[in-house]
Amino acid sequence: MSIPRYAPVAILGLLLAAGLVAPLATGETAPGFWVEVLIGGLMTGVLYSLVALGFVLIFKASGVFNFAQGAMVLFAALAVARLAERMPVWAAVLATVAIMVVLAFIVERIVLRPLVNQEGVVLLMATLGITFFLNGFGQAVWGSDIYEINLGIPREPMMVLGKVFDGGVLVNRDDIAAALAAVLLVGALALFFRHTATGRALRAVADDHQAAQSIGIPLNRIWVIVWSVAGIVAIVGGVIWGGKLGVQFSISQVALKALPVVILGGFESVPGAIVGGLIIGVGEKMAEVFLAPPLVKAFDLAGGGIENWFAYVLALLFLLVRPEGLFGERRIDRV
Amino acid sequence: MFFRENGQFKSTYRADMQLLPIVQDRYFMLGLIAVALVAVPFVATDYLFLSIINPFLILTLAAIGLNLLVGYCGQISIGHAAFMAWGAYAAYNLVQRVPMLNFLVVLVLAGLIAALVGMFFGIPSLRIKGLYLAVATLAAQFFTDWIFARVKWFTNYAHSGSVSTAPVTLFGWTLDTPRDKYLFLLGVLIVFTLIAKNLTRGHLGRAWMATRDMDVAAEVIGIRPVYAKLTAFGVSSFYCGVAGALWGFLQLGSWEPLAFDLNLSFSLLFMIIIGGMGSILGSYLGAAFIVVLPIALNQVPRKMGMPLSTAMASNVEFMIFGSLIVLFLVLEPHGLARLWAIGKEKLRLWPFPH
Repeated sequence: MSIPRYAPVAILGLLLAAGLVAPLATGETAPGFWVEVLIGGLMTGVLYSLVALGFVLIFKASGVFNFAQGAMVLFAALAVARLAERMPVWAAVLATVAIMVVLAFIVERIVLRPLVNQEGVVLLMATLGITFFLNGFGQAVWGSDIYEINLGIPREPMMVLGKVFDGGVLVNRDDIAAALAAVLLVGALALFFRHTATGRALRAVADDHQAAQSIGIPLNRIWVIVWSVAGIVAIVGGVIWGGKLGVQFSISQVALKALPVVILGGFESVPGAIVGGLIIGVGEKMAEVFLAPPLVKAFDLAGGGIENWFAYVLALLFLLVRPEGLFGERRIDRV
Repeated sequence: MFFRENGQFKSTYRADMQLLPIVQDRYFMLGLIAVALVAVPFVATDYLFLSIINPFLILTLAAIGLNLLVGYCGQISIGHAAFMAWGAYAAYNLVQRVPMLNFLVVLVLAGLIAALVGMFFGIPSLRIKGLYLAVATLAAQFFTDWIFARVKWFTNYAHSGSVSTAPVTLFGWTLDTPRDKYLFLLGVLIVFTLIAKNLTRGHLGRAWMATRDMDVAAEVIGIRPVYAKLTAFGVSSFYCGVAGALWGFLQLGSWEPLAFDLNLSFSLLFMIIIGGMGSILGSYLGAAFIVVLPIALNQVPRKMGMPLSTAMASNVEFMIFGSLIVLFLVLEPHGLARLWAIGKEKLRLWPFPH
């Protein structure tokens, strides 16, 4: 008798769910506070999802594991922040879109085209090079201080659900705007993929490069398009992130968390990126708030901070039980 | 080079298999070691030792370690500074808790502990490869950063979280001047280079390379992938562990977990990409390049009368590293070591290439 394939995933999922409700079950946590942490986690998750979305798009269309997505987010955010000092925000965003498209052209011409048909690891290292170049270039051009993006959303948090819990739940308005933007973006992408000729071409390339090429889809142009789309996703992520936390170098580091997200959700899956991002976001916030204090007490640690590695270790566990991710395509790939 | 190997015939298997089959190469290598042992200590200044030569030697050791894994076995790791951290903290704890141990023993034990940790984080490589492994090694990196920052036992309950070490004493020889440290590091590096060179020529290295080139084929001809991959992780982490211990004790003196963060991992990876993957010589060239470039970026514009600000220098450094990586991957995937080999071959035939 063999263990069903979904069993380890189910066990892991049950454990996560148990961890999620455990703080409530012990009765020491006010439900309102729990909901606040949950919402905070969901919001962080939305940001991770937005970065992960860029990864997934590029991976689908070109098989490139784009390490530079985080750097693109930082670059886009810096560009918007600095351009917005001289023009209205919407104009700055449009200008940044143009910049990201140019960037996509350059990346395709200089990096992707010469490296076509290389192994995944080589491409990964090439995008690592792009990461460093973009980080240096972005800060050289736009400056390396902390900048603000002001979207004109009031800062003070709102009180909601005051009737359900005592004291209500505090929610930031920009968080809600971020979530709405993410939903709109995913919807727009879905429409784009489903109902435009370019979108269909993109899906064809994602399914099978050679077949797509043989029916006359120009691969090089598709790559430019998909890197541009990823660039636009990076702008959205960067603007939301920058509006929330300020535009600074650490964005590029935090965006690394999109890697565990895509592992969890599956490399080729847009819904996977969203769900994975939410799971990671909620998981690490919950772990930091509710799991870290007992750990600190039990092992006499010098402080919490487990959200720095929680996502990665969760992804590592997931890799062991289900390497293709929640929604990824299963590949028979013996190692 | 400017010499021919004409007339050097090999009449035994031993002569055929030796490390440097050409007699001029042997003399060149001996001369190089002699210069490093005798001339450099007299010529170089303390500044040169501290900021260029000693870091170069230690990072070369770490780069060789990473190269064994990435270049020879084809398993990517972007968390190798973590294993340096394990080596450094293992050595620190051994020196603190078992003071009678000789430093050489401490080094080996630190390497072994790092190797164990490395093999543990290498376990996912048995199921996954390439891109996925990158994330697994990132997990090692962040988890290690955290554990040494938070678990007080590892830092011997130091208040600030940073640990500091006394000068190392070896058989009555106290390594307190940069020159002494240099001589010790040079000895260690020569020994470890010899070991690595021979490992890669032996059955283990061949197993790694076969796994790298095509894992299924390697398995078919009887190489156990589990064995090949875990030994690669183990040996590689051993090297990095020793390098980490040396970095902590002989270079930094006192350090905190941030000394072994993700940036160091990236630097190591860049060393082997620029220097040459799958080449011991490449590890040397890459390490030299990465150590010298930031200093050159600082010094050269200043000499030319237009100093860069620190922020700008680091940005330019980022840009140069990034573009070099892409350039090397596109134009010369085997890095500086390959360029060196090409140059050597050209010179051998020069001036009559036909």
